[in-house]
Amino acid sequence: MTVSNPQISRLLDQEYSAGFVTDIDADSVPPGLSEEVIRFISAKKQEPQFLLDWRLKAYRHWLSMPVPQWSSVHYPPIDYNAISYYSSPKSRGQAPASLEEVDPKLLDTYAKLGIPLAEQKQLAGVAVDAVFDSVSVATTFKDTLAEHGIIFCSFSEAVREHPDLVQQYLGSVVPPTDNFYASLNSAVFSDGSFVYVPKGVRCPMELSTYFRINAANTGQFERTLIIAEEGSYVSYLEGCTAPMRDENQLHAAVVELVALQDAQIRYSTVQNWYPGDSQGHGGIYNFVTKRGACRGDNAHISWTQVETGSAITWKYPSVILEGDNAVGEFYSVAMTNNYQQADTGTKMIHLGKNTRSTIISKGISARQGRNAYRGLVKVLKGAEGARNYTQCDSLLIGDRCGAHTFPYIEVKNPTARVEHEASTSRIGEEQLFYCQQRGLSAEDAVTLIVNGFCKQVFNELPMEFAVEAQKLLGINLEGVVG
Amino acid sequence: MNTLLRIKNLHVSVEGKAILHGIDLSINAGEVHAIMGPNGSGKSTFAQVLAGREQFEVLQGSIHYAGENLLTLSPEKRARAGIFLAFQYPVEIPGVSNVYLLKTALNAIRKQRGEAELDAMDFLERVKQHTAMMQMDEELLYRSVNAGFSGGEKKRNEILQLLMLEPRLAILDETDSGLDIDALQVVANGVNSLRDDTRAFLLVTHYQRLLDYIRPDFVHVLAAGRLVKSGGPELALELEQRGYSWLKEAAVAATP
Repeated sequence: MTVSNPQISRLLDQEYSAGFVTDIDADSVPPGLSEEVIRFISAKKQEPQFLLDWRLKAYRHWLSMPVPQWSSVHYPPIDYNAISYYSSPKSRGQAPASLEEVDPKLLDTYAKLGIPLAEQKQLAGVAVDAVFDSVSVATTFKDTLAEHGIIFCSFSEAVREHPDLVQQYLGSVVPPTDNFYASLNSAVFSDGSFVYVPKGVRCPMELSTYFRINAANTGQFERTLIIAEEGSYVSYLEGCTAPMRDENQLHAAVVELVALQDAQIRYSTVQNWYPGDSQGHGGIYNFVTKRGACRGDNAHISWTQVETGSAITWKYPSVILEGDNAVGEFYSVAMTNNYQQADTGTKMIHLGKNTRSTIISKGISARQGRNAYRGLVKVLKGAEGARNYTQCDSLLIGDRCGAHTFPYIEVKNPTARVEHEASTSRIGEEQLFYCQQRGLSAEDAVTLIVNGFCKQVFNELPMEFAVEAQKLLGINLEGVVG
Repeated sequence: MNTLLRIKNLHVSVEGKAILHGIDLSINAGEVHAIMGPNGSGKSTFAQVLAGREQFEVLQGSIHYAGENLLTLSPEKRARAGIFLAFQYPVEIPGVSNVYLLKTALNAIRKQRGEAELDAMDFLERVKQHTAMMQMDEELLYRSVNAGFSGGEKKRNEILQLLMLEPRLAILDETDSGLDIDALQVVANGVNSLRDDTRAFLLVTHYQRLLDYIRPDFVHVLAAGRLVKSGGPELALELEQRGYSWLKEAAVAATP
């Protein structure tokens, strides 16, 4: 089908609703990257020596690394000296002790985005850490969580209050030398979220971080670290938006998850960074390293992601299955419209016996959107009885978009069972007409068909967020047919 | 007489190729019309043009439905106004449950009629009743729309939708093809149960067989894009015996 239906076109054309700028004084370092800048960030955050040393080591290593060229995404070379590596809302000064001390403009920003931080309006059952540019501005429900011994705070606070935990686990899953963007992040990361769930505790509410890039010419380099002790459980969600700007902005985050024996971590992402305009100008470069380690028997890590924003998405949330019977899961919806590009997938590394992994990847491409699934399933020698099931489906809307699948499978144990299924389909004119003939508008028909396509993944999201994700997909599809 | 559909001098092309060359047809409420004709005569085109399929271009002529100019209405508006097409090849929609589509469709149409959304219990009761009538496994309601349905199940599912949506003008595009006698009877029962003096049916078919079960008031022969002959049910029997060739020749001879 050529994209010829004006109604679907309108659906695809819907404007990015989170694209406003908050006018707030910011404390920023001038653009440029050097050891001095790193020392400045570290000093600003009153970090212990070990962390400064760690950052500098990462930086020196980064200087020796070539920019990765292997992915299918295209973008002009990034001038790393044109980026400012630290921006903090000025009024904030020291970390606010309570929400009353948070600048009302910031609270207003989050309210506009549908993330109420003020106590009386907080989302029931969801604790939120709000990260604005380089720093965390508010974390809700901290006290409730503390009663269970759960630590949920900004990364900077964790460094101050729980340096031993940070030192023990930081970089233990994604080493500072891991890859180009992870090394850059390790050198300059400014804030992020930290979660620690003690032994045997089931976290009573969803934890959530909301990332917002506001300042121009600023990169966002946050770091998230989640530690689930033996037999504990936590479900965590991150959401992201940014203003509309003509120039591209870099977002290079690192997320590390550690699940010990019998622990379970569910990590969900609804990513709606500014995707650029319909001509492909502006938008966020979302170059992210996410990895979890199942460090004990029966540990369980699931990644669920709904990626609808960013000019370029480059991320492979992975699981290292070290313990026996450990489980890794990856559920993904990646949607690219206009000139967006996505190269995303996962790595499942099977080390323990009877480890299992499931990969469900749904790519949707509209207009000139480019979508690639890239995945590695690796079964090592000792992974007796390991199993993997992979399913990659691509849905095309229009005839100028593209979808590619690059599955890599390496099996070194003969008892392993690895399955891979892939399909590509197109929203047909026939499907649309069928739904319209039953009384649905073209917009509703596209949303219905796309949601049907994504259902397996949405089922994995916490309820409230599944609804959000469906809406977001609907919005991002506005004008697709046209 | 209450004219539901009035078609005048309808010319239609697809991708620049003329398919229909001037169709005139009036259908009154309460009537059942059958359109018969050989392969490639334009039957499916005709059915889909009435439902508003965009790839068919109306070059000339007019279609009025309940007094309104149908050609200005989008497919969904036609559907909401009470036009239903039972598809010859119902499409699959993975991940969308059959019952969900039914409910969404029904509510879109009820909204147009100024009726409230049907509450979940009433809806379910009605669906189950019709599912039983169509002798369908209830499990099919919860499967993805038409995904993995057999040919017969797809056709029954179309009639299930017809029963739920209660259209004023139902167009059945070769619903009988690929059905065995038992299934044909079930489908016919479904259709007959809706027959009353407010509704009309347009049956598009190759074979007289369907008309044994759904008795038409009028039979028209479509050949080479024209209605070349009209009559009562006896015309269908004559076609069964003589075939279409004698009419086709007449149609070709009439082409300027």
